[in-house]
Amino acid sequence: MIAQSQSEPLVELTNVNFAYDRRPILTGINMKIPRGKVVAIMGISGGGKTTTLRLIGGQRKASSGQVKVDGVDVAGLDGDGLYQMRRRMGMLFQFGALFTDMSVYENVAFQIREHTDLPDDMIHDLVMMKLEAVGLRGVARLMPAELSGGMARRVALARAIALDPMLMMYDEPFAGLDPISLAIIGNLIRSLNDALGASSIIVTHDIQESMKIVDYIYFVSEGKIVAEGSVEDIRNSTAPYVHQFVWGEADGPVAFHYPSRPYGEEIHAVAGHA
Amino acid sequence: MLERIAAALRWLGSRVTGRLWRLGFAVRFFLMTLLYSGTALRRFFLTIREIYFTGVLSLIIILVSGLFVGMVLGLQGYDTLQRYGSSEALGILVALSLVRELGPVVSALLFASRAGSAITAEIGLMKATEQLSAMEMMAVNPIARVVAPRFWAGVISMPLLAALFSAMGVFGGYLVGVKLIGVDEGSFWSQMQATVDFREDIMNGVIKSAVFGVIVSWIAVFEGYDADPTAEGVSRATTRTVVTSSLAILAADFILTAFMFRGA
Repeated sequence: MIAQSQSEPLVELTNVNFAYDRRPILTGINMKIPRGKVVAIMGISGGGKTTTLRLIGGQRKASSGQVKVDGVDVAGLDGDGLYQMRRRMGMLFQFGALFTDMSVYENVAFQIREHTDLPDDMIHDLVMMKLEAVGLRGVARLMPAELSGGMARRVALARAIALDPMLMMYDEPFAGLDPISLAIIGNLIRSLNDALGASSIIVTHDIQESMKIVDYIYFVSEGKIVAEGSVEDIRNSTAPYVHQFVWGEADGPVAFHYPSRPYGEEIHAVAGHA
Repeated sequence: MLERIAAALRWLGSRVTGRLWRLGFAVRFFLMTLLYSGTALRRFFLTIREIYFTGVLSLIIILVSGLFVGMVLGLQGYDTLQRYGSSEALGILVALSLVRELGPVVSALLFASRAGSAITAEIGLMKATEQLSAMEMMAVNPIARVVAPRFWAGVISMPLLAALFSAMGVFGGYLVGVKLIGVDEGSFWSQMQATVDFREDIMNGVIKSAVFGVIVSWIAVFEGYDADPTAEGVSRATTRTVVTSSLAILAADFILTAFMFRGA
């Protein structure tokens, strides 16, 4: 893989379309993730945010358009090429996805053992450094089942950065966390990104927490980018969708009611049967 | 009327093509498991760990079942043989029934219920909790790291468990026939030793159990990997493993028996 110049974006999606069977999920997505920045992809559930991450990670292939990571077209990579690229990526899954049959230590050591021939004492030091970075050196011997949700997420973060990735992807990192864990994870995402010199993509609904740590935001709705900009731009946006999302309004462009036949018709139909 | 027939044909066609597609995927998955077996064999400790979970932890049910099956054979065999005045042949009957047929088949059925279902549930839950996706994103092939060691553990464990089942069964037959009923001990062992052939009987039994090991392990890992990533999906996959494995074992047993023991 050829390293691109520092001014080029690390990830670039150009006119990307994606469909499951014939159901369109993403339509005409254009997105750039600059190097060293933290970018959020926001939108309601089922809008295509996680699919975007899967396209970048090569777990799905775009129906058309181009996904480039560090200047390389992901669709053009074979199995080995894809695995080479993923060694330089880290991903935090929604609920951590820790290996439940391994201790915290073994989880963090997993990738190092799989991809390097480092001796055990060096692996030990690396694992401890990663766990120290997320403040959980003391839980190295515990099993994932013994951790709280927030701790599991932090261990998964330590595992994801085990090989110092150039790109970190976070799939709903704030879901189901208490306010303290939420703030800890938010701070870790920002500080680890800056310390590693990496770029980060956060898929989230948590507008308040993410606005504290991100540099740029894309809003995705029904598979399209409906708004984008810096945190200030988004905060001051008057676009109806962004306004509804940022201020948490129950009704708006995203309707409260699921599409159905007219209410009156429904009521009369039932009354007619009675 | 014509529309109904067309709808029924469409439904039938989609069911058939769906099944064929899945069978094709299962065969492809089997070949990929063999192709990516290098890790499981090179880093053999991964396979040994799975042999512990699938083989060693199945020992209790295999040994206890073997003992009882042998004891029942002892009782039933004696009851039949003594009518013809050949109760001394009890050792032959017990040993041949076990090493040729009951050992491989019953231990494979038990193995499918105990270990096969556990393998499916484990892989299915790993999929549902995104552990397999996480592995892929860490540039580690889940077929090489998760599936192949479990597959080979099943293949290696099965003949060993079948041998232990048969040995325990022979011991059960001995307890009932010799110690309880009073069949002559010398006749019991000497007739068994003289009649049971190593290649024709024992080796054919070992081959059968090895084939059953491949079948059960393949079905178990495939159903886990192909499970819908939900609680219901994993539950259905686990049930399918036990049902499909059991039927496949019995069908394969008939085919193998027809080839192996042609009245020779």
